[in-house]
Amino acid sequence: MNRYLLPAAIFAGLVAVLFIGIQRSPTKDVISSPLIDKPAPVFELPVLGAEENFSNASLAGSWYLLNVWGTWCPECRNEHDMLLEIARSDRLPIVGLNWKDDDMAALAWLIELGDPYIVNAADREGRVAIDWGVYGAPETFLIDDQGIVRYKHVGALNPAVWQREFLPRLPPLQSELQP
Amino acid sequence: MCASAARLRQLLRLLTLATLLTVTAPAHAIDPTELSDPQLQQRYRALSQELRCMQCQNQSIADSPVGLAGDLRREVRELLEAGRTDAEIREHMRARYGDFILFRPRFTLQSAWLWLTPVLLLLIGLYVAVRVIRQKAASVEEEEADSPGRSS
Repeated sequence: MNRYLLPAAIFAGLVAVLFIGIQRSPTKDVISSPLIDKPAPVFELPVLGAEENFSNASLAGSWYLLNVWGTWCPECRNEHDMLLEIARSDRLPIVGLNWKDDDMAALAWLIELGDPYIVNAADREGRVAIDWGVYGAPETFLIDDQGIVRYKHVGALNPAVWQREFLPRLPPLQSELQP
Repeated sequence: MCASAARLRQLLRLLTLATLLTVTAPAHAIDPTELSDPQLQQRYRALSQELRCMQCQNQSIADSPVGLAGDLRREVRELLEAGRTDAEIREHMRARYGDFILFRPRFTLQSAWLWLTPVLLLLIGLYVAVRVIRQKAASVEEEEADSPGRSS
């Protein structure tokens, strides 16, 4: 009996290790960003469709979303309605980072689907995206009034994600403070 | 007999060819860029083999044709040409993409078991082997002691 005990224990241990490994195997959604709770990388890029530059430093003191998108990204189309809804709710401004896209295509997209962004920065060479650790659009960062990255979502936004992950992290509305 | 030997030779030749092809093909397949300094070039090759393509997670940025891998290679090249050390470049990438981008994870409290398990297993194996060999030796000696007539 005893001679089967050790191999059985080793086998059980192996099963446990492999099971944990499979459970926690890194899918694209799970890779946590090292930027969380760190200062958001500052960038300055041309504004999409304008002859001027935009820097996120100009948003110091206010919460904002940074949404990474491109017209080549099918999931971005899926989340667009949600972005429009967030913009309508007036909770916080959405900055677009138009990642490795064609300016004309991006502008046409915004005309066709509506424009939820206060401004779009054109990251034509993808350098700013690397600084932000972007690896797949769409990605959405939540930045607080101190310029700290509070949360990052990889994949399309939808009402469930917005309610579960973003709303609880936002500062309370004035109306919520004074019932 | 003769026919099967010829077939075997043919198969061997095919296998050799296939092996040679797999060994040589990936070397410069994706990225034809050459850095001016051969030493930098060598470090560039090595580094880009060590960094994971975050989009196609089981390839390095040296092996992947996707856009982001190309951008990351450009980043590595520029950092090399700016005179950064390999360690600085790895840290530059880790600060942006996390430990996951490094194919060779750092030694941290979290990854300690990853590094130490093989050593531990080797020690266990050695211990078991020594015990088995000793037991065998002991039983052989016993047998010899049991039948003294044979040896004399």
